[in-house]
Amino acid sequence: MHELSVCQALLDQVEGIAHDRNACEVTEINVRVGPLSGVEPELLQQAFRIACAGTLAEGARLNLSSMPIRVHCRTCGAETEAVPARLVCGECGDWRTRLVSGDDLLLTTVELSVAPAPADRKAAAH
Amino acid sequence: MCNTCGCNVTHGNAHLLAPGAKLSRTVSGHESVSVLRHLLHENDRTAAHNRAHFDRHGVLAVNLMSSPGAGKTALLEATIDVLGKDRSIAVIEGDLETENDAERIRRRGVHAVQITTGSACHLDAHMVHDALHQLDLDQFDIVFIENVGNLVCPAGFDLGQHHNVVLLSTTEGDDKPAKYPVMFRAADLVLLSKCDLLPVLDDFNPDTARRHLQELASPAPVLELSARSGSGVDAWLDWLAAAGNTLLERRDHPDATGTERQLHIP
Repeated sequence: MHELSVCQALLDQVEGIAHDRNACEVTEINVRVGPLSGVEPELLQQAFRIACAGTLAEGARLNLSSMPIRVHCRTCGAETEAVPARLVCGECGDWRTRLVSGDDLLLTTVELSVAPAPADRKAAAH
Repeated sequence: MCNTCGCNVTHGNAHLLAPGAKLSRTVSGHESVSVLRHLLHENDRTAAHNRAHFDRHGVLAVNLMSSPGAGKTALLEATIDVLGKDRSIAVIEGDLETENDAERIRRRGVHAVQITTGSACHLDAHMVHDALHQLDLDQFDIVFIENVGNLVCPAGFDLGQHHNVVLLSTTEGDDKPAKYPVMFRAADLVLLSKCDLLPVLDDFNPDTARRHLQELASPAPVLELSARSGSGVDAWLDWLAAAGNTLLERRDHPDATGTERQLHIP
């Protein structure tokens, strides 16, 4: 199950971002996982619940979104939807296509809670 | 427009959301950071580093992937027997446990570095990077990386290789490309191994395997061979020689990179 390795790489990036911004907590992580990325969303969720323990992202919500597989036909120029095991053109049936979307494995956004800066805290006290 | 995938960030408002900018965090200390980076970014960085290392030394790096028992080590043995006289070869072996495969390679007089991954089902670029520290690349022409036998996980991890070669043995079934599209889409070359068994197998048709591969929009050539009988091994060696020549030409004429690449990738 390589989802655990993928998840650890994800958490590495997320913690790096959180540290750079002096965040005290990561509340939400948004990831785009395409059907041809080789990663099973369900398994990534399970791995996340284990791997996030003890990190700044412990308790964060992991939102996984998907994009449909789309291919562009080099022969007829059509752009059509496809399924993982059949990436031929939906219009003319030619196999010479280019993948437009569907193999994404992308960290899109991270939501953080940032401790107020000392100056902000003073302002809030007044 | 939404706050989930980052599509609300445009050229017009990106400056407002940059770190420290007006809208970068809310009064309550909530901050949304747009990242848009591949999850395996760090692996890919190390893979690029490995590839630059291979390029600098003019060493062809080939990543062999297949299910367990498809004949990766047997292919390497057959390759070493013929190619070992003219080319200096090193092998990086990936297995969960044991040094068995590395020992088989060493018995052929070839340098082999064994990576035992423990429970990891694939090699990643960092493991290969560590293994490269045990190899003096100046001494070698080709480095084969024999990945962990697995048709799923290794496909996701760039190691810094120049080419992915995927083996499909005739005992596995000719519909494997359709069942494991991520792996077979990553192949630059597919080798149908154990073809000496074809006469006794009535359920494996090489043309069916080719058709399934083509339906993945893959232009990868498919070669039939048998490491045991030696049939088809010449075509594999020709493919390797062409890949090696292309690499050296690209290194010697870096300006022509674009056209050089087109020469050997059909």
